[in-house]
Amino acid sequence: MNLLVCLKQTFDTEEKVHIENGKVSEDGAKFVINPYDEYALEEAIQLKEKFGGEVTAITIGTSQAESALRTALAMGADHAVLVNDERLIGDEFTTSKVLAAVMKDKEFDLILSGYMSVDNGGGQSGIRLAEELDIAHVNAITKLEVQGNQVVLERDVEGDVEIIEAELPILITAQQGLNEPRYPSLPGIMKAKRKPIQELKAEDLSIDLDQIQAKTKIIDQVLPPKRQEGRILQGEMNDQVNELVNLLQGEVNING
Amino acid sequence: MGREVIVFAEVKNGSLRNVSFEVLNAAKRIHDGGKITAVIFGEQPDSFAELLTSHGADEILVVNNEELTSYTTDAYTQAFISIVEEKKPDVILMPHTASCKDFAPRLASHLSCGLITDCTDVNIENGNIVFTRPIYAGKAFQKREVIDGKIFATIRPNNIPSGLEDSSRTVNKDTMNVNIDNIRTVVKEVVQKATDGVDLSEAKIIVSGGRGVKSTKGFEPIKELAEVLGAAVGASRGACDAEYCDYSLQIGQTGKVVTPDLYIACGISGAIQHLAGMSNSKIIVAINKDPEAPIFDIADFGIVGDLFEVVPMLTEHFRKVINKQAS
Repeated sequence: MNLLVCLKQTFDTEEKVHIENGKVSEDGAKFVINPYDEYALEEAIQLKEKFGGEVTAITIGTSQAESALRTALAMGADHAVLVNDERLIGDEFTTSKVLAAVMKDKEFDLILSGYMSVDNGGGQSGIRLAEELDIAHVNAITKLEVQGNQVVLERDVEGDVEIIEAELPILITAQQGLNEPRYPSLPGIMKAKRKPIQELKAEDLSIDLDQIQAKTKIIDQVLPPKRQEGRILQGEMNDQVNELVNLLQGEVNING
Repeated sequence: MGREVIVFAEVKNGSLRNVSFEVLNAAKRIHDGGKITAVIFGEQPDSFAELLTSHGADEILVVNNEELTSYTTDAYTQAFISIVEEKKPDVILMPHTASCKDFAPRLASHLSCGLITDCTDVNIENGNIVFTRPIYAGKAFQKREVIDGKIFATIRPNNIPSGLEDSSRTVNKDTMNVNIDNIRTVVKEVVQKATDGVDLSEAKIIVSGGRGVKSTKGFEPIKELAEVLGAAVGASRGACDAEYCDYSLQIGQTGKVVTPDLYIACGISGAIQHLAGMSNSKIIVAINKDPEAPIFDIADFGIVGDLFEVVPMLTEHFRKVINKQAS
């Protein structure tokens, strides 16, 4: 199978967010592969192990994102593509156009990505990419089975599970629960160091820059308002519980 | 001159979703006198059209096709492409629910327009429509506007209020048939999970368990409290990783991001990645044995104690209060 994985480098979820001049400060932050994209990558590698074929990891970013691709190669991806061109950075509209340009000349059976990124959280780029390529997609999947040209998928829908059938080629986005991503092995890490990373610019992708300009603009980023200091209740447990119920009745509509 | 707005009023399991009124209120903030059309799929009870009208819809557009009875990406996308071609709206607003999350990006790409998802607020600032949305799962917020093409956004449930009702408004209904073909993904079955129907993203109250519940069975007192309160059950990553419950319950930066009126955290220490998913709840209650647990830093009310003692007591107290209200 030819498997393409779109991934994004993001802040580690244990990082605190600081804002400087209306922008999120990246100073000293630890970066990882977006956790949902990591599920997508793991699933692609497992499918390769089962059916043969190749996994290509693709990202858009600066040279810093190379480390995410090295991790992907160390986990078991065969090829890595870095689109490193600041003219190709925009909003989700731009990202999906650029990814579609990368994939246009590639053969694929399945495209995988995370169902959202833990930083921007838009949940758009993968689905938009499917529309750009005119293939079907299934969003937020927790299980994937390939039988010949058919796929059977389980999709998380607000806690319920939809069981969906579709045909290849298709794009899926990974939800938590799909698998348990592996840690790269030491030989994997050593091998990954020698694998090439293909770098692409707008010219390599024959992209008309006028056609991919962002449709939306970020005008400010702010921290949430600080919560007022709370109160730890005191006294006998029964009294505490009683007090809590009284306090909540005044604040929230509780009618069971 | 005004902006023509299309609002999607989603029906789920035979009910009109509450978030529809919140989306209508968002439309009222930005329409500037333009017509607000509420789109509804299939023939539905008259009360739905009446409620949508009293909440601000100038027109109810009933869109018909058998394929719209249950959700598929292709059916909903194709229906909306026809609606947009017909109505040529300036603005499209939808709730940020599982189905709209799934087809709105496709529709946006088809229309070659931007899309601002998961908005918690919308206002006019200096004459421009500015959407506010959480980033990093709520560790920060982003203000964003559309600079080219149609304005298209999805609105997160439980954040923008429903707005005032005006029951004197008269229903103005129109019907449209759409063509749908080539559905590429077939839903074979929907398996209802054990969450008893209260969906986390729209729940007004959430009772959540962490590592402190210690086992699958340890979730029982939490489920009982949730049942008495008509609440949804959530969990921390720790509880999910330890397999005390299903990942679909996970709240946090990975998992669901929630903003209920009341969040009761039981046996949850409060790792940064969990706090990101729930710290924008209106009222937070923490119950934890460890007085040093970081969850107490963001809680409005805290009880230091064993959840297996405190939670059943809380359930009993609430049960009494609710029974008294009912009698």
